[in-house]
Amino acid sequence: MSAIPLSNILILASILFIIGFVGVIVRKNALFILMSLEVMLNAVGIAFIGAGSAWQQADGQVMFILILTLAASEVALGLALLIQMQRRIKSLDIDLLNELKG
Amino acid sequence: MSLATLSPLELMFYFSGLLAIVASLKVVTRKNTVHALLYLVMSLLAVAVCFYLMGAPFAAGLEVIVYAGAILVLFVFAIMMFGLSQDETLLEQRSQGKKTLGLSLWFGPSLLAALLLGVLIFAINSADIQQKLTVHVIDAKQVGILLYGPYLLAVEISSFLLLAGLIAAYHFAKNDDYRKPVHQHDQQGDTQ
Repeated sequence: MSAIPLSNILILASILFIIGFVGVIVRKNALFILMSLEVMLNAVGIAFIGAGSAWQQADGQVMFILILTLAASEVALGLALLIQMQRRIKSLDIDLLNELKG
Repeated sequence: MSLATLSPLELMFYFSGLLAIVASLKVVTRKNTVHALLYLVMSLLAVAVCFYLMGAPFAAGLEVIVYAGAILVLFVFAIMMFGLSQDETLLEQRSQGKKTLGLSLWFGPSLLAALLLGVLIFAINSADIQQKLTVHVIDAKQVGILLYGPYLLAVEISSFLLLAGLIAAYHFAKNDDYRKPVHQHDQQGDTQ
């Protein structure tokens, strides 16, 4: 059993997740949406490592490494898409991407 | 649960978690991109200290190296490519003196970083925390054995994911202006 109670670790993880989620929903700038996504992925990592330390298993850290890989490729891809967006519509405002609106 | 019954390890964990929450709130609410990025670095470092106090030093190191090192450098490069043309940084510089801008840019994140450094130094110096940490630490050896044993397929799949990310990022970020002169040249050749 870890020195820190699992419930408090999960509370910290869910608070960080909600902060990131609100950022994704509220912000209009696509760069800030990517940053909030980072905060959300980080919160999931806290939950995994907290669970891993509560059960004294290394599986939580393995899942964290996989999340890290996912976050790295997601950020590279997202920023490349943002560069294209800046090039085509000269703005990072996500509300300008409404050409598919019926 | 009162503060006195908490062990120093728990107290340090809650404090660095609080720092992470404050820094994440700042990330979401800031208007300036560079300010938000500095607070994001702070949030990631605070989470790394949380990992260390949870008994996962390997994950804490990875968090600092990959998240706060590599991914944040990607963000900085992207912001440099966007040129900050629609950002408030330039306007702020014009309206105020340069000194106040520097202070407002650096003060918040460096204050949080100083607090975090205090937490880390206290955690390393305190014999009680170190003794508690060594009991239930999960080191890199256990993680490596698991990673290249039962999770080998996941490692292979994540390598595919990284390769796909690499190729797609190259394809999307590539400047396709170099095609245009060739195209114009062909058209000129046709007209001639």
